Amino acid sequence: MLTIATGNKAVAAAVKAAKPGVVAAYPITPQTEIVEQIADYVTDGDLESRYIPVESEHSAMAACIGASAGGVRTFTATSSHGLLYMHEMVHWAAGARLPIVMANVNRALGPGWNTWAEHTDAFSQRDTGWLQVFVGTVQEAYDATLMAFKIAEDERVLLPVMVNLDGFALSHIMQSLETVEIGDFLPPFHLPHAIDTENPCGYGPMTGPADYFRFRWDIERSMRDARGVIADVEREFAERFGRTYGPTEDYRCEDADVVVVAVGTLGKEAEVAIDRLRDEGIKAGSMRLRWFRPFPDLDLSGRDVVVIDRDYSFGFGGVVAHSIRSKTGIEPYSVIAGLGGQEVTYNDIADFVRNRRPGEETWFGVSDHV
Amino acid sequence: MSGNRIAKLSLQLMTIIEERSVNNLSAIPKEEYLYKCTSACAGCSSSLCLRYVLKAAGPDSVLVVPACCTSVIQGMYPGTAMNVPVYNIAFAAAAACASGMSDAFATLGRETNVIVYAGDGGTVDIGIQALSGAFERGTNFLYICYDNEAYGNTGMQRSGSTPLGARTTTTPGGKPTAKKDLDRIVEAHNPPYMATACSAYPLDLYKKVKKALSIEGPKFIHILAPCPPGWRYPTEKTVEMGKLAVKTAQWILYEREFGKLTINGPSKAAMKKPAPLEDYIKSQGRFKNLSPEIFDLMRQQVEQNIQRLSREEAGVC
Repeated sequence: MLTIATGNKAVAAAVKAAKPGVVAAYPITPQTEIVEQIADYVTDGDLESRYIPVESEHSAMAACIGASAGGVRTFTATSSHGLLYMHEMVHWAAGARLPIVMANVNRALGPGWNTWAEHTDAFSQRDTGWLQVFVGTVQEAYDATLMAFKIAEDERVLLPVMVNLDGFALSHIMQSLETVEIGDFLPPFHLPHAIDTENPCGYGPMTGPADYFRFRWDIERSMRDARGVIADVEREFAERFGRTYGPTEDYRCEDADVVVVAVGTLGKEAEVAIDRLRDEGIKAGSMRLRWFRPFPDLDLSGRDVVVIDRDYSFGFGGVVAHSIRSKTGIEPYSVIAGLGGQEVTYNDIADFVRNRRPGEETWFGVSDHV
Repeated sequence: MSGNRIAKLSLQLMTIIEERSVNNLSAIPKEEYLYKCTSACAGCSSSLCLRYVLKAAGPDSVLVVPACCTSVIQGMYPGTAMNVPVYNIAFAAAAACASGMSDAFATLGRETNVIVYAGDGGTVDIGIQALSGAFERGTNFLYICYDNEAYGNTGMQRSGSTPLGARTTTTPGGKPTAKKDLDRIVEAHNPPYMATACSAYPLDLYKKVKKALSIEGPKFIHILAPCPPGWRYPTEKTVEMGKLAVKTAQWILYEREFGKLTINGPSKAAMKKPAPLEDYIKSQGRFKNLSPEIFDLMRQQVEQNIQRLSREEAGVC
């Protein structure tokens, strides 16, 4: 069905289609609309699910862990401080191998209070064992959320998935949305290690170094297997519903001399900049990084790379720039831009490309201007 | 009479018959759900309690355990000393995890008991927010706090539940403030069932767990669990120490069903004529060199508790 929706409403619509048994959530701007919409679905009988209005994000993830281990599909949504408040349980969910799906509406961290888009919240969770995908459109928010359940629940993965969308710049933006009849795209929930009182086990007891180390390796092995599972699920999604996704969304990259790498809505903004630059005769392309964990293999050899980071690791550099550098060996031009919702237009991005200085870092509008 | 009503009445009748039959320890089921291979300290009363909790709960039960002594007592992977599933969860998260699990089972139409078994630190301090939230939401589960009045697992640091005057590794001069009154905090949530218990009275505990699990909604049992290394008394005195706590009315056994208070057996007599508090205090190394002023304050606290609960039971509030 074709409609228009915000990014938040699109996530909620996908959750309705996925029919989780339990949703446990706590409100936070700019995510609140997701859980409000789900509460409406449950109240109106459009979604047969138990909605647990927990008293904190730490408890939201703890309740999802209990519910998922109990044997039902589980969803939550959060943002920024909420994500950080549940950090301990974010680790726990992955370690317990539970296929929980969480929408994280990317938002800056205080102080000072700032509810606008930034990716530092999500990147601060990159070492937790969660799969992380970043979306750029309302449609993609819907599609990625649906696929997240299937990827997480695949027995080769059994890890939680975080679907990231930019606060306000996508969460509150209206775009067209085509919802689908999912049919048997999502099989009934099955967790091989769900709690069974007829087969009593200890879950997460004291574990010595040898076993603990092996469990960590199991997580990494599943992360590696997840690349193939993601590709399979995205292929099946394309066959069934006609929309194609991959680890990156490449735009006019084939013959490009310079490629802009960005995440989320800035990656979509970059596509407009690319058209402008092409009109000027600059052979530019853009590569919007969708999957951050597991991190994809990228083909950027022989080109200049401009990385836009809407995040920062203090004392080190932009998280995406560093990832590109370590994965490809390329020294990108690292632009730190958009923190705390700073406006970055396609004209600005075109300027980053025109004035690029590979190997250097600049803070857009703050340090020496490009 | 409808089928439902007949079923309800026969359930009540069975409960009465069972209650009458369980008036001595021999009537408690022989099945063991806590095996003898635990890693508990010698004289540990919390593992003693757990044995009876699980006998009362039976095999269709899940134990949710935050960081506490039971994290260790259950044994190391790949072994387990428990014959029910044990779900270990982070320190602050037990009640919230149980919330999700209880709702998952409800979704699946399962009637499995969800029981949190948590220490005092994980209940009165770091876990109190999740506990409060779960009770406010009316979660269908049983929360049991076994209270040894300090952080036992990390080697006896003070908790909010450590009593006035007690020495711990972080209150080497004695705790300067009173024990947090957890029960009144829980009571403020108006749960359908809450009770106190003590490891020295396993039959009383067994019955309370049975009763709690027969009621829908959030249930709470607060067990006083004497701890030889923490309280500094010989391991063979664990039962005696629990009895002293009750006989001196330092710890009062009661249950509150749908708001109605009942003082249980041994505490009725103790409240009328408590044994000398000195008997309790002097047998524990943690109260060594207690000043007379602190001792007086402790005695006053006992007297206040007796009066408050007596008034409540008599309906004079």
